[in-house]
Amino acid sequence: MIQENNSKIDQDVITIRSMRGWSALNLRDLWNYRELLYFMIWRDIKVRYKQAILGIAWAILLPVVNIVIFTFVFGILLKQNQGGVNYPLLSAVGLLPWGLFAGALQRCSHSLVGNTNLITKVYFPRLIIPVASVLSGLVDFGISCLVVFGMVLYFRVPLSWNMLWLLPLTLLVVLTSLAVGLWLSALNVQYRDVSHIVPFLVTTWMYASPVAYSASLVTGRVLRIIYGLNPMAGVIQGFRWAIMGGDPPGELFMVSIIMVLVIFVSGLFYFRRMERTFADTI
Amino acid sequence: MSAVIRVDQVSKRFRIGLVHQRYQTLTEKISDTLSAPLRTFRRIQTPKTDADDTIWALRDISFDVPEGQVLGIIGRNGAGKSTLLKILARITEPTEGSITIRGRVGALLEVGTGFHPELTGRENIYLNGAILGMKRVEIERKFDEIIAFSEIEKFIDTPVKRYSSGMYLRLAFAVAAHLEPEILVVDEVLAVGDADFQKKCLGKMGDVAQQGRTVLFVSHNMSAILRLTQESIVLEKGRMALRAPSAQAVDYYLSAGNPKAGERIWEDNEIPSDATPFRPISLRLLDKKGKVADTVRSTEPCSIEIEYSLSAALVGLRIGFYLSTTRGEYVFSSFDTDDARMYEETGSRSAGIYVSRCRIPADLLNTGYFILGINASSYRIRRYFQDEQALTFTVNTDGAPGSQWAEPRFGLVRPRFHWTIDKVG
Repeated sequence: MIQENNSKIDQDVITIRSMRGWSALNLRDLWNYRELLYFMIWRDIKVRYKQAILGIAWAILLPVVNIVIFTFVFGILLKQNQGGVNYPLLSAVGLLPWGLFAGALQRCSHSLVGNTNLITKVYFPRLIIPVASVLSGLVDFGISCLVVFGMVLYFRVPLSWNMLWLLPLTLLVVLTSLAVGLWLSALNVQYRDVSHIVPFLVTTWMYASPVAYSASLVTGRVLRIIYGLNPMAGVIQGFRWAIMGGDPPGELFMVSIIMVLVIFVSGLFYFRRMERTFADTI
Repeated sequence: MSAVIRVDQVSKRFRIGLVHQRYQTLTEKISDTLSAPLRTFRRIQTPKTDADDTIWALRDISFDVPEGQVLGIIGRNGAGKSTLLKILARITEPTEGSITIRGRVGALLEVGTGFHPELTGRENIYLNGAILGMKRVEIERKFDEIIAFSEIEKFIDTPVKRYSSGMYLRLAFAVAAHLEPEILVVDEVLAVGDADFQKKCLGKMGDVAQQGRTVLFVSHNMSAILRLTQESIVLEKGRMALRAPSAQAVDYYLSAGNPKAGERIWEDNEIPSDATPFRPISLRLLDKKGKVADTVRSTEPCSIEIEYSLSAALVGLRIGFYLSTTRGEYVFSSFDTDDARMYEETGSRSAGIYVSRCRIPADLLNTGYFILGINASSYRIRRYFQDEQALTFTVNTDGAPGSQWAEPRFGLVRPRFHWTIDKVG
């Protein structure tokens, strides 16, 4: 009984001191604050479509408009439609993970700066903010999925077990967004240049990924290796394979996964290191 | 009982660059890095400049707080109170030293942190509760209580952006007041809202204090400090000047730190940006001969001068002062346009520098220590500036009525009345 008491007190003892160098991730703290994570995601989603006449319909409208534009520009004008490729579906499937990634990157890079009042007034694990901003994109993603599956049914694409791969692939998109987002959000606290760079980065990255075109257009060894270093290239290819069939992502996909893990883990530690001065510099 | 908070030699240093310009851009960082060797060179030549680069917001602060104590923290603006609270609340780290805390800490540095204007009152209760560290079940359990305390049942499903500022504050405080940590760290949250609301908040704080929870309480309101705390710490320029029973600490705080007795001069960094176009310059207490004084004789008249500049014309302006005691009781307040005719003639003032002067007649105040605060506002339009404790002074009652008896006289005023004594029998 007494021991139990002691251990309870021990648990609650907090020591505040200056941490030097790289610190541990303290994931237990994050777990203790999981309810706050839930509320932050909920707030992001609630607020996003408040006082918009169309409300959540925007989540359907935007991907549809994108698909139409892509089909017109790339499919019809630039004749990507050749060779029996179903271009509307190809672009829709490409836009699905891309939309999740691009949206998450934009929200995430701005997330800490946009929550200055919280950071300077309350303690909580700062990781919650970028994580929530990435996860809140999953609702829009889910709605986009419905659009794509509507198209799958409309074009009578056969359903296959490969589609189950969409789950781990989505997880990989989330991880990639978070990996890059952690770096950008923490850098943005100190260097506001980041907010100017992000729109440019997102556009460039989109053209460097097979969103509007098929990955099979990229040939040549060097190009393919560079392609493998872009984690989104493998993921988008994976999405196309899971839904539309064709070539599965090759061995370069493993390079993508390793890249993501490296960016993610380094981002996590960089974030933890910078976190200590967020309240002073933001 | 052992200490639940142990603060050990805590110091916090800020780079001045971080204080003034809030963030760097990459180009600045690059030029900064390039010019660094030059700066280092200069620093070697004149070692003093090192102190210019950084400021110590806190220096060697050490104290213990035993369980169940309500400890006050007082100090002027910039003394380091907020920095200390932010370190205790784990928002920022100390540069040196350490703090050990036993128990769950709840910090209230502001009410309504994280309130989102688009969300309803109900939604914000959940969100704000979670931000303050409450569990969902805890919020659900206290939900009705929170709504009852806030007195806004009818509007609970209205977005808070449609609330009046009073309603907003009531809701925000209601959530905060139902936080039940073992240790509570509170900053100046009571300095907002109307008098009734402040009273209610103070009452709630008093309840918290009586439940045996450990509380650290920062305030500029000396009567609140005296009412809620037994002991207080006085911070002066980042250092701990004193820890003493609150009455003593308050006296110390009020008498110390007036660099020039009898005159208060406002520096640029002491004036909130929302004061514009009003800018206080100085507040002076002058004795009978017109000299600045920190002690005046009750038997002689004295005057109070408020010097200020207006960067734009203002209408309906009134500038005045509050006179209060160290216990926070008001003795009286007076404005330069109290007289209806004066108000019509000078209520509208063009841009320029002004002095508003008030003559205080002889035989008014009793002996003691008084505080002058100033206020500049346009009735029902806006309050430009307010400083509740701008200046302190002492009244000496030598020669006042009744001073042939060396005993204290009750009361705040010491008027000279006309008595007649008739033998009627």
